[in-house]
Amino acid sequence: MLAFKLALRNLFGAGLRTWLTVIVLSFSYVIIIFQQGMLDGWNKQARRDMMHWELGGGQYWHTAYDPYDFFTIEDGRGPLAPELQSRVDQGQATDVLISQASIYPDGRLMSVLLKGIDPNQTILDMPTAPLVENITEIPALIGRRMAEAAKLRKGDVVTVRWRDANGTFDATEIKIVEVMKTNVGSIDMGQLWLPKSRLESMLGVENMTTYLVLKRGSNATDTVNGWVYRDHAYLMKELTEMIKMKSVGGSIMFLVLLALAWLAIFDTQVLSIFRRRKEIGTMIALGMTRQRVVRIFTLEGAMHGILAAAVAALYGAPLFIWMARSGWAMPEMTDDMGMAIAERIYPSYSLGLIAMTTAIVMLSVIVVSFIPARNITTFNPTDAIKGKTS
Amino acid sequence: MDNNHLITTENLTKRFPMGQTELTALNNINLTIRKGEFIGLVGPSGSGKTTLLNILGTLDSPTEGSAVVLGNNTAELSHKNSAKLRNLQIGFIFQTFNLLPVYTVYENVEFPLLLQKLGKSQRHDMVVDALKWVGLADRAKSKPAQLSGGQCQRVAIARAIVKKPALVLADEPTANLDAKNSHHILKTMETLNKELGTTFIFATHDEKVIGYLKRQITLDDGQIANDQVLKG
Repeated sequence: MLAFKLALRNLFGAGLRTWLTVIVLSFSYVIIIFQQGMLDGWNKQARRDMMHWELGGGQYWHTAYDPYDFFTIEDGRGPLAPELQSRVDQGQATDVLISQASIYPDGRLMSVLLKGIDPNQTILDMPTAPLVENITEIPALIGRRMAEAAKLRKGDVVTVRWRDANGTFDATEIKIVEVMKTNVGSIDMGQLWLPKSRLESMLGVENMTTYLVLKRGSNATDTVNGWVYRDHAYLMKELTEMIKMKSVGGSIMFLVLLALAWLAIFDTQVLSIFRRRKEIGTMIALGMTRQRVVRIFTLEGAMHGILAAAVAALYGAPLFIWMARSGWAMPEMTDDMGMAIAERIYPSYSLGLIAMTTAIVMLSVIVVSFIPARNITTFNPTDAIKGKTS
Repeated sequence: MDNNHLITTENLTKRFPMGQTELTALNNINLTIRKGEFIGLVGPSGSGKTTLLNILGTLDSPTEGSAVVLGNNTAELSHKNSAKLRNLQIGFIFQTFNLLPVYTVYENVEFPLLLQKLGKSQRHDMVVDALKWVGLADRAKSKPAQLSGGQCQRVAIARAIVKKPALVLADEPTANLDAKNSHHILKTMETLNKELGTTFIFATHDEKVIGYLKRQITLDDGQIANDQVLKG
């Protein structure tokens, strides 16, 4: 308690020097929390968008369906099991049929996946309603990235060539009825969304499904005769991996910022101990043990951390609240670089993030404060009293 | 040990390493200091006055021989116990005052009492008393930077005597002061010596101090050249 009182007295007594260190340290707090909040916000947004646009409440896959094996795409389809069909009939799920095809935008060949979906579905946020359009050509919905890659625009007509269920090649014209803007790249690049009934006619099949998307919040059961349940953990495996990779990058940034905080404290401590040798010698002469003096100096350093947290809260809290509400506009360029990212990222500042950051910074500040302070134990008090180093 | 003996040294020797050789700062010092003495250690620079004070103040230990201070052999004291002894029984006054710059006068004087974990009101009474002794009760809230050299030294005296120690060690207490302030400081210490019975030991080569001493120990080249009682 005494050490705390004395450390506090010394800290405030040092005036401007204290506040300069505190302000530098508070920047580290704010930037670390800001940066981590942005990453968390991005991650949450990516997960949410994937659920809303692609995954729903989980999926049932045909047992032979393997999205990474294009040779078996055509085998990975079949009629839905009655339990699953009833979910579709009750509006609790929507089914998707997949087939391979080629399109020829401007005479160039481009391999694509044709995905058939019920235009009236409400399970996913995809704007499938325009697919009901009654036109001669087959209506197709594509994503913005696909549109850019194929140089297609809404209203364009493009030739599509595919193989039907009998293995016969066929071709027709499809019309782009909508270009959707989505953050989810996996329903966008290299894909054309068609009305499922039209795709079935094209392929010469009836009531065939590749996978079934459940409504969000549905109760999923395990494998249903011939259909494997895929939960969010499985379906978001890649995203999770990507987030992990991003976290590594984020951790490096975190460490750099933490190192800045360490430097601010270490520098202050070293200077403070050097400048206050006489004071240290006097404290020892007046009856303080060296360990107690070390404790005071370590506490002083640690209190910089506490004060910095308070100062950071003072200007950081309003900033974070404003950021969480208004979001951070992301440059268009980021999306063009192949990163699925929303126009605005809404940072997520959880209590856990703030508490964790504060704890990590505080703990490291205590350690960094202690390292130079422990040298006091080697001080010769008779030299220190005169302001000399021994 | 005689109950009146505050300090006893036997063949006290202190050597400091100086590169390849050693410098003998104190050589076979044999001393006995009784309670209530007002002693000056005089001698030229480098004669060993400060080294002797440091050993008597348990801030340093002898290379050979022994120094028994207030019943404690300084060579056998742990850091913790010597800190405790200094805190409870020994007051220090330094040539450059050594006040803690961010503390007020009151807080500087209160500092040794904080280490003794005394209650707030008890500390307050003792600090006010000490400041009254040195005539600085009205400057309690000032910072050292706002005081003159003489006032700073008076604060240092108040800090040394606030805990009513048995022994006060003063290293050149008047070296940084003018004649008027020096006499004022010495008068204050003389009064405290008489009223509280505190033993004062000065290291000095200031002629002004000598007139106040009851006993003068002259050191030369680390040895006692003369030890004489000046006043009964």
